[in-house]
Amino acid sequence: MSTGVYTPRPGAAPLSRMIAAQAALETKLLLRNGEQLLLTVIIPSVVLALFSAVDVIDTGAGERVDFLAPGAIALAVLATSFTGQAIGTGFDRRYGVLKRLGASPLPRFALMAAKTASVLLTQILQIALLSVIAAALGWSPRGNGLYAAVLILLATAAFSGLGLLMAGTLKAEATLAAANLVFIILMVIGGVLVPLAKFPSAVQSLLELLPITALSEGLRDVLQHGAGMPWPEAGVLAVWAVVGLGLAARFFRWE
Amino acid sequence: MHSTPAVETTALIKRYGDKTALDGLTLTAARGTVTALLGPNGAGKTTTVEICEGYRRPDAGTVRVLGLDPHRDAAALRPRIGVMLQEGGVYPGARAVEMLRHMAKLHAHPLDTDALIERLGLASTGRTPFRRLSGGQKQRLALATAVVGRPELVFLDEPTAGLDPQARHATWDLIRELRADGVSVILTTHYMHEAEELADAVAIIDEGRLVVHGTPEELCRGGAENTMRFSGRPGLDTASLLKALPSRSAAVELTAGSYRVTGDITPELLATVTTWCAQNGVLPDRITVERRTLEDVFLELTGKELRA
Repeated sequence: MSTGVYTPRPGAAPLSRMIAAQAALETKLLLRNGEQLLLTVIIPSVVLALFSAVDVIDTGAGERVDFLAPGAIALAVLATSFTGQAIGTGFDRRYGVLKRLGASPLPRFALMAAKTASVLLTQILQIALLSVIAAALGWSPRGNGLYAAVLILLATAAFSGLGLLMAGTLKAEATLAAANLVFIILMVIGGVLVPLAKFPSAVQSLLELLPITALSEGLRDVLQHGAGMPWPEAGVLAVWAVVGLGLAARFFRWE
Repeated sequence: MHSTPAVETTALIKRYGDKTALDGLTLTAARGTVTALLGPNGAGKTTTVEICEGYRRPDAGTVRVLGLDPHRDAAALRPRIGVMLQEGGVYPGARAVEMLRHMAKLHAHPLDTDALIERLGLASTGRTPFRRLSGGQKQRLALATAVVGRPELVFLDEPTAGLDPQARHATWDLIRELRADGVSVILTTHYMHEAEELADAVAIIDEGRLVVHGTPEELCRGGAENTMRFSGRPGLDTASLLKALPSRSAAVELTAGSYRVTGDITPELLATVTTWCAQNGVLPDRITVERRTLEDVFLELTGKELRA
């Protein structure tokens, strides 16, 4: 047969190229989305800069920025891996993107790998930006950065699982509303801005079980106080990661 | 050329709750052809296509696409097929070029995306995100993503629904080019005209069953629906005309000087009628031949209007 423009020549691209392309596109779309940028970049940056510079919150002993920088990093991780992921994936699902990709050569695990890579890449950019802002405000982090990285990875897994659970079960509009609401509530009660010590002690022990609290307190232990690996917080995050990802894997509906 | 058909389903059954979407659908689509699944809304067209694409599993029956099981052999099948969903399938914030380039990157030997964008008239969409494209632009982008990977077989679910005539013709042209280059095409439609224009084979589906399958030519031929009319002098001897015609024909004078012949209207029959007119010294005028359309076939076989 003669060869025409459309003469079949099917074949999947190499897996690594598919994942790289998928991760690049997802990151590009996320960084282009105004609402997502507000959530992932602007709010954590403003929280850090404003409350470090202005004395409206009693952050306890020590420099305010040393208390707030780990909180702002925790908030940025929450924004990207939970809220952003839930809203983005919810709308991808509503627009049939997940369905369409399901008939493409890209395997599902590769799609999830690409989404994870995109989230981690975004978080690296966020943490770099927040570190620059914090440094300008006189931040002097202590401790082992590796411990902080482990906490952030565990939290990313936990938040992603919960975000995908929401995106894969609720309507896109419901996810949009709920994910933003959860973000705001956790920002206030999750030890991000307000020290846990300000809450009644009965409430405190409950709040300590939240993944956002475990992340912000764990990061503070390491980066503010120079502590070793905060195992209790890491344990809380690991449990949330197992539960969240397990539920998402069980209940996520692709269309 | 190919030993296996593009699509082969046997006695497919699919239920959603109490509703039976497919009720024993058996269908074969040959390679290198355009097969149109024609039927009213809710007939089971999309369910059939989505089972072939691997999105749904039938409750009973078998399906083979390019000889493969869409579910078990999904990884092997997906690179070989192209899919256009009835709607959506594109990131709301992505630009047309961006999405098409991305889909191209998932394939080993994709088409030239710039040429395809140009070909489908999407170059003017520039930086506009998908969610703000017009309905026609969205459809054409979805079509482009279905063909960009140079598939052997494409599934197009209502590829021209809601398009204006110009955009519809552009889509038809592309489908004809696909077939000319050896791509098999399965499309669903509820436009008769689309099936007549494009399809090598038409499968009429109603209530989850295959009602009839054949070329548009075959489906429209035969039956008592075909009619020829002519006018002439009033009071011609229709009994003598009938003797000249093949059996199973009928000839009547409807109103004075207005005649109707029904039956299998062939070129030979037309010649017989005009010869008979010549022998009787009649110059027939206003000769018309009315053939069945797919619309008539559909109405006859299912007892319902297609776009009910």
